[in-house]
Amino acid sequence: MPNNVLILAERTVDKLALVSSELCGIGRKLADEKGGSLVALLLGGPGTQELAKGLIALGADKVLAAESDILDGYTNAAYLKVIGAVITEENPTIFLVANTSTGRDVAPRLAFRHGASYAHDCTDLMIEDGKLAAVRPVHGGSAISHIRSKTDSFSIASTRAKALPLADIEEGREGEFMEIGVSVDADEIRMNFVEAKKVEAEGVRLEDAEIVVSGGRGLGGPENFKYLQELAKVLKAAVGASRAAVDAGWVPTPMQVGQTGKIVSPNLYIAVGISGAMQHMVGAGPSKNIVAINTDAEAPIFQRARYGIVGDYKKIIPALTEKCRELMGS
Amino acid sequence: MDIIVCIKQVQDPDIPPRDFKVDEEKMDVIPPANVSPVINGFCENAVEAAINLKEEHGGKITVMTLGDQKARDGLKKCLAMGCDEAILLQDEAFEGSDAFATARILASAIQMLDGFDVILCGRLSSDWSYGTTALALAEALELPSVSQLQKVEKIDAGLRCERALEDGVEVVEVSTPCLLTASNEINTPRLPSVKGILMASRKQIPVWGVADIGIDPASVGKEAVTFEVTKFYKPVFDGNCEFIEGESLEEAAGILALRLREDKII
Repeated sequence: MPNNVLILAERTVDKLALVSSELCGIGRKLADEKGGSLVALLLGGPGTQELAKGLIALGADKVLAAESDILDGYTNAAYLKVIGAVITEENPTIFLVANTSTGRDVAPRLAFRHGASYAHDCTDLMIEDGKLAAVRPVHGGSAISHIRSKTDSFSIASTRAKALPLADIEEGREGEFMEIGVSVDADEIRMNFVEAKKVEAEGVRLEDAEIVVSGGRGLGGPENFKYLQELAKVLKAAVGASRAAVDAGWVPTPMQVGQTGKIVSPNLYIAVGISGAMQHMVGAGPSKNIVAINTDAEAPIFQRARYGIVGDYKKIIPALTEKCRELMGS
Repeated sequence: MDIIVCIKQVQDPDIPPRDFKVDEEKMDVIPPANVSPVINGFCENAVEAAINLKEEHGGKITVMTLGDQKARDGLKKCLAMGCDEAILLQDEAFEGSDAFATARILASAIQMLDGFDVILCGRLSSDWSYGTTALALAEALELPSVSQLQKVEKIDAGLRCERALEDGVEVVEVSTPCLLTASNEINTPRLPSVKGILMASRKQIPVWGVADIGIDPASVGKEAVTFEVTKFYKPVFDGNCEFIEGESLEEAAGILALRLREDKII
């Protein structure tokens, strides 16, 4: 079935990850344009088969579930072996993964191995002349490139989180479900998973927050994040940071918003002492409203902001916190 | 522990946004005048990680890159930081290579060397952001790979690696030889010492081309790219920021809160 689109869905502990829905949405569209089926693949430990069935309601015609203890923790080699076998068996024309620490880790190797063209970190995908075409921000978002595969036989792409709409849910939709046998020998893969440690910041999760208050180099030191935490508490917001603040060791990596950190899409993003470097805006850009507070009126962040105040955040944030407390209380 | 580090030189990502210009016709970036290319940040992390491993366990570090004569400056810097040898991969046939072709070139060059325990690369380049070259190289050489490294230590069975994830860390043990990609969490790259710079200036950097590494020129360069660029431009932002002012900053902050309330944002 050479016109099929295969997607690599992902799961969390107890549900399908949001990127699975994004992949189903775009995968369904591309499969319809190519006149093929949408095949969804989910790998993981216990519970994977049950979760995988949920992909049918998201638009998959066929769901493949690979459930095994050896897939419970992620290793590049075990995942490559299972996904590589599925690609050989299913022979899709397009294979989509999400640009996550799993997707971006398997896709380049699989593309090279299977002689596919590969486009990384795409914000949109379409078919042009029967070939996969994509929109890719490059140079940390400073430029946009539109690209088109030179081959129409097999292309792989990774999609940027939150760039594409979620799939429509159609309860009761019918589709085929298949278990995939997993035969991965611990010795042959030359690596083994030891453990995964979640590092969660206190309070609201960045990815889920309706409001994010983020701080950068302009804060001047780690102790000054307390100004942001006070405001965040009042607004029930999550606290984020720019890479500069993380690199300086002020806050831990999981708080980083940006190209190599988290991509957030809150209703309100308050950027404090953040200049707005392109790599940061990759993470903050999907926010619906940006408020910028910076001493430099020329900072690029203001070009992306709805409201801005030029001045010392140590004066602005406490007053803003106070006023918000008053407004939220009423 | 013998280590190979593959680096990339990029346009300095920290130039002011107004100096970032593109040629929409040629579909490429116009390099800013008088700004030298720099070693890609994650690649510099890879160099530092290699030097740290060598300092602890001994061995030799060979650094290589694909590029023109300007790339020589990047290699010199790596030598000055503490790498032992450098190789410049340069040939007309290499020009315009995409990530896969670059991986093929690096793989062919590495096969000319005497062997290695670890290949270290950066996780992503700040220019074209493929995030592909290093992992494709691992595939070409059939090596196990661990990406986004924030920590690495030697153990009896090989290496114990910590991967930096969006929401935590993943610990993986891998046997050597293997390929690793470094993330910025792993270290802060050192500045070359004066002694290092002097030593580096005396070192020869051999240049290897198609004939030296025995690669089929048709498998690399412009013709071998898998995706072609059809359009290239700078995104436009409306820049309609409303600057809020008041008698004092405190007053401006109060007005901001009211505006957000009026707009039903808070």
